[in-house]
Parts: sequence; C-alpha cells; structure tokens
Amino acid sequence: MSQQDDDLDFETTGHEWDGIKEYNKPLPRWWLYTFYLTIIWGIGYSIAYPAWPGISGATAGVLGFSTRGEVAADIAAVEEANAAINAKLEATELTQISADADLQDFAQNAGAAVFRTWCAQCHGSGAAGAEGYPNLLDDDWLWGGDIEAIHETVTVGIRNTENDDARYSEMPAFGRDELLEEAQITQVVNYVMSLSGEAQDASLVADGAVVFEENCAACHAEDGTGDRSQGAPNLADAIWLYGGDYDALMDTVNNARFGVMPAWGKRLSEAEIRAVSAYVHGLGGGEVLTD
Amino acid sequence: MTASNSQPEQLYAAREPIFPKRVSGTFRNLKWVIMIVTLGIYYLTPWIRWDRGPNLPDQAVLVDLAGRRFFFFWIEIWPHEFYFVAGLLIMAGLGLFLFTSALGRVWCGYACPQTVWTDLYILVERWIEGDRNARLRLHRQKKLDVRKVRLRVTKWIAWFLIGLATGGAWVFYFADAPTLLRDLVTLNAHPVAYTTMLILTATTFFFGGFAREQICIYACPWPRIQAAMMDEDTLTVGYRDWRGEPRGKHRKGENADQLGDCIDCMACVNVCPMGIDIRDGQQMECITCALCIDACDDIMAKVGKERGLIDYLALSDEPRERAGGKPRPIWSHVLRPRTMMYTGLWSAVGIALVFALFIRPDIEMTVAPVRNPTFVTLSDGSIRNTYDVRLLNKHGEDRPFRLSVTGHPTLRVQIEGSAYETVDVPADSTQIQRVYVIAPGGADPSLAERTPFRFWVEDISNGDRAYKDTIFNGKAN
Repeated sequence: MSQQDDDLDFETTGHEWDGIKEYNKPLPRWWLYTFYLTIIWGIGYSIAYPAWPGISGATAGVLGFSTRGEVAADIAAVEEANAAINAKLEATELTQISADADLQDFAQNAGAAVFRTWCAQCHGSGAAGAEGYPNLLDDDWLWGGDIEAIHETVTVGIRNTENDDARYSEMPAFGRDELLEEAQITQVVNYVMSLSGEAQDASLVADGAVVFEENCAACHAEDGTGDRSQGAPNLADAIWLYGGDYDALMDTVNNARFGVMPAWGKRLSEAEIRAVSAYVHGLGGGEVLTD
Repeated sequence: MTASNSQPEQLYAAREPIFPKRVSGTFRNLKWVIMIVTLGIYYLTPWIRWDRGPNLPDQAVLVDLAGRRFFFFWIEIWPHEFYFVAGLLIMAGLGLFLFTSALGRVWCGYACPQTVWTDLYILVERWIEGDRNARLRLHRQKKLDVRKVRLRVTKWIAWFLIGLATGGAWVFYFADAPTLLRDLVTLNAHPVAYTTMLILTATTFFFGGFAREQICIYACPWPRIQAAMMDEDTLTVGYRDWRGEPRGKHRKGENADQLGDCIDCMACVNVCPMGIDIRDGQQMECITCALCIDACDDIMAKVGKERGLIDYLALSDEPRERAGGKPRPIWSHVLRPRTMMYTGLWSAVGIALVFALFIRPDIEMTVAPVRNPTFVTLSDGSIRNTYDVRLLNKHGEDRPFRLSVTGHPTLRVQIEGSAYETVDVPADSTQIQRVYVIAPGGADPSLAERTPFRFWVEDISNGDRAYKDTIFNGKAN
C-alpha cells in the first residue's frame, strides 16, 4: 500500500522496518524501457530457440538449434581441422613419427584418447595392465615392442577369429590333455622358477631341465628367453603375465593360457591405429627398430 | 493504491537533461591536466616500443591472451605469476580507500574514465552547440530546422569518432599495434577485434554522450561503498551555509546586512555535471569534481567577498567555523591513523611485489609423479617410477636443460625417447617432459615403500639451477 508520508515530501510504499520507511520513487525511464525490451527479447528468443516444454519434447524453435547438433558440428569441425595432420600421420613412416615434433605431439595426444576409449578396459587407464593383460609400460613384449610390431598387433589382434592374419600361437595344456605326468610338471615348474629366481624345491630342477628341453624349448627357447615370433613369453625375466609363483605356474602348465586381443584394423581408422601405436611406444618400454 | 494522491502513479521518471556551463579556475585547470595525462596514457601506451630480442614482441605494454603472457616494459608475467595482478588490484583497492578516506570521492571527480570521457564529450558539445544557454535554447526548440539537425549530427559524429578511437586504442593493448592497425584498416583483422571495438565505441558513445551522470547514480557501486570510507575528517566539497545563509540577491537600495554571502546566482548549480545543488549539503550524486568551487570563487571575487563559500571542507571543522574560528590546516585532516594505516598496507603490498619481482627465477620446474601405476617392474627386476616434469624457460632464446637426481646413489634418471639427460626447451615457453627414475632390483629404493629424493634442473648455458623434492615408490607399496 503506497501512502503519502506527512513528514516527508515523498510518497512511501507503506513498508516500515525499525522506523525506516521505503520511498516509492518512479524508475528511471531507460530502466523501464530496458525491462520491456527484455520481455520482447524473451518472446523472440522462445520463438527462435527450443523453449516451451510439451508432452514428448519441446518446441524446436525456428532457427533449428539443438545442443546435439552443436556437438556434431563441433566434432565435424575438429575432424576437418585434423584432416591434414591425420593424412600426414598416415603417410609418414612409423619410425619417423617421433622425428617430427608436431606430428609426435599430435600422435601422443590423439593416441592417448584412443587408448582411454578402446584399450583401457583391459590394459588399464595407466596402461599398467592386469593379470592376463600385459603391462604396456615395461620393457617386456610378447610380440615385439618396436613401433611396427605394436602397430601390427593393434591392427590384427591376437588369437581372435575376426582377422585371419591375427597373431596366433597356442600353448598345449600339458596336464589337462595328459601330455606330461604330474611329476614331470612339478619338475618343470621348479626349473622355470629357477630361471628367474629360486625354485620351490631345488632337487627337482635338474630333472625339470630335461622336461623343459624336450617339451618347452621349441617355443620358449633353450635358455627360456622366449620367442617373440610366436608370442612365447620370456620365462627368465622378472615379469609374469599370469603370476610367477608355484601355484600360478602349475596352473599355466596344466591348463595353458589363451589370451585374446581384438583386431582393431576394421574398428579404428589407420590414423587412429598409428596414433595409439605411437602412444604405447612412448609409454616407457618402446624399443628402437633394428634391421 | 494511492490514498492521498489522486494522480495516476508514474511508472517512470524521465531524465532531467543537464547543461553544464563553462567554468574556469584552479580545479578546472587541474581537471584539464588530468584529462590530457590520462587520455594521453590510454591512447599512446600501445605505441611505445621495447626491444626484447628476436623471439619476443617489441611492444612495451602487451596482453598476449593467446600466448598467455603479459608484457610490461622489462617485466614479463606468466600465468602462474598471476599473483602480481592480484597484488596490483589489491594495491589499486587500498589506494582508492586511502584517497577516499582523505579526499572523499576524488577518484570519481577527477580520474574515473566515466568522468574523464563525459568531460571530453561535454567539451565537444560546447564547441559545437555553444555554452549552456545556447544548448538550452537548442534543446527547447521544438522545430527541427536545418541548423538543429546540422549541430546534432556534427556533435554525434564527433562523439562517435572519439568513441571509435577509444575502442580502437583498447584492442591495441592485446596485439602488436602497428600490425593490428594495418589489419584493421585493410579489413583483415580478427572479428573479435572488430566486435570489441564496436562494443567499446557504442558504450563510450552512449555512456559519455547520453547516460553520463546516470552511470554514477544508478549503475556504479562505488558511490555506495565510498560512504563506508569517509568520516568527519574527510575533505569533501561542501557549502559553508553558516557564511552563505540566508541567501539572497543583493539589490541596490536594499539593506544587505541581513543576508549571507550567497547571492543565489545559481552559478554552482549551472556548472554541475551531476545536476545538483551543492548548497543542499552532501548528497549521493556529488562526485566532488569541484567545478562549483571554481564557479563560486569567480562570483565571490566579482562581488568582493572572500573565496571559499563553496570549498573543500571537513565536517569536523564545522563547529569551529560556526563559532567564527579558522578551519584546521589540511594536513591535520589528511594525516590521521586511518589514512596512515591505508598508506602502510598499500606500501607493504607494493614492497612485497617489488621484492617478489626481483627474486623470481628465470628457470622453473614442477614435478608431477605419475601414480597410475605407482611403479613398474622391468624385466631385469629394477623398479621404475615415472614423472611428468614441466620445465619453464623464461628466456628469449632456446635453452638446453639438464636433469639429474640426488638423494640416493642408486637412482638414475632417463628421459623418454632420448639417450641423453638434456631437454631443449624453446624460448619463452613451457615443456612437459616424461622422465623416468630407475632403481636397480636389489637396491634400497626398489625395496622400500618410498624414498625421498631431489630433482635438479640446470640451464647448461648459464649454470642456473632449480630443484623440486619428490618421492620414489618402491615394491613395498
């Protein structure tokens, strides 16, 4: 309720707090007009852009704007902006990527994005792997750690059925398929443990060496250092994919292992595969290609 | 709604146009000088050159937003040194507190851009349309004849050009001025430059030409805040009503003995850019531009009275002056604990900033240990930790930096993709380098849970060094 205050020349709103009264003064004209302008703007905005909610959606707005459309346009713009450097990445020799600072920088960042999207589920977001999924940070490689070997592995995958050229090898299940006696298995496990440390029972090592030479050396080499051409792990180093203790090794020799990796050749573009190869190669274990 | 008022309520109040009259005097001259100096600094600073060598810009004052650098003559500020900007803002704040507590709204009256540009726009208006009376006549003239249109259009064009120069000068602070000017003229500049210029031209034109005192009254928060910093010793523009009242015209034949010194000539009201009457006492609208002092002094001289009927006064002097005494000297108002405290704080921040400026290093490093995973076992059984090392080269040329570690003799450093322990960091830039620290299998650091050690970086070209302490994670984690 506005009222005239007898003591003052000004009209007040009638509100009073602890003796303080509120003037009822008119707004500046420009303020009022600006206020009207915002109303007109609001009406125009709700016509131009998605605004009024309905049962199954909202009004679309005459400008055809949508946030999904914005994202699609942003992605298209990024792809267009990266088209040139992606083409360069595809045209450059794999071993020469790191020689070009811009290309290396792009490959590392694009590769990191690819890795987190497609590879991190098994190999971990930090590429440290897990039991059965190789750690990509270390210097131990099953199928080779130079950039061309990594590129090949990513492209064709391992022991999958989707690519005929997939890297393939299969360790026999010596126990399950009764290829070795249980005593022989115990002996060979103790021998393998002795290659990189201490055997559980040193008296079995000598017999185990004989079993190893007859049954295992064809793939894992006589000194147990493995063979990358058939993905046979190095048994003489400190790194174990499925564990290096007695129980884990007994399980491995009895039942064998059969790790599978998808072929990414059809799912990712060549530029993405090259980028993620460069990224994995740069994680700390990458090997220099030697002829 | 209205109980006692039969008139319909007004939804708005139209602005009462103000036509400040030309005035001359001490304070007007001071304001001209301040206007020339402040506008001169604003318009000319981007054109000062400063040689920094081949890899750095040669503009003395440059805000490089894309490169995230701020250049100020010999000083170069990086983003992580933003505390300098925070410190300068704190100094600006304390400086305003100091000046407000000592001299009232002296910032508003003399140095505020709104005041300076409005003053300039009023000057242009007076040159084109004439002084107060001519402008009033033009305003009241209903008929839109050729002369009125010509004067209005000329004035608006002049205002627009000043606005354009203002918006134009602003963008020069953010890019190489000569290059940008060439690009602007040949229509090759970035759209952001044109948009910024357009917005600043429009705001200058509108704020200086039309909004004027309304910005101070309605838009600016500073007048409200300032009240908290003023006290009875603050020198502010006021009217000595004990000397001036009762006011009245001194007419021939009438006895003027009953009247005060104020002859009610309205000179103080006519020159006021805020459109107020200072004789009503201190009021929110007053920006203390002191033009009414000049106007009144002029009149007092003409009627043969002492100057200072309107003057810089402190409220604490009022009782003394009413009793016929002299006001205390200015320094006794200005020098009081409050202003000294503001001065002390202001100086302390200033000294701290200058000190920080001199001790900041030219070479810096941050070390972020990679904790996913905390360590990696290598095939020979040694343990490797990974660190993202960020190296800052603040020099104008490329520099080779050598990395090393101390803290445990078995630790050795290795740089990703390199057989050497040096990293080339390009001029005036930051480089993130993946660095490995390796401990042999049986050594203490590889077995322990964690081993503290120190990363060193050395600028090989001049031997400058910096270090960061961090942790090596071993198998016991």
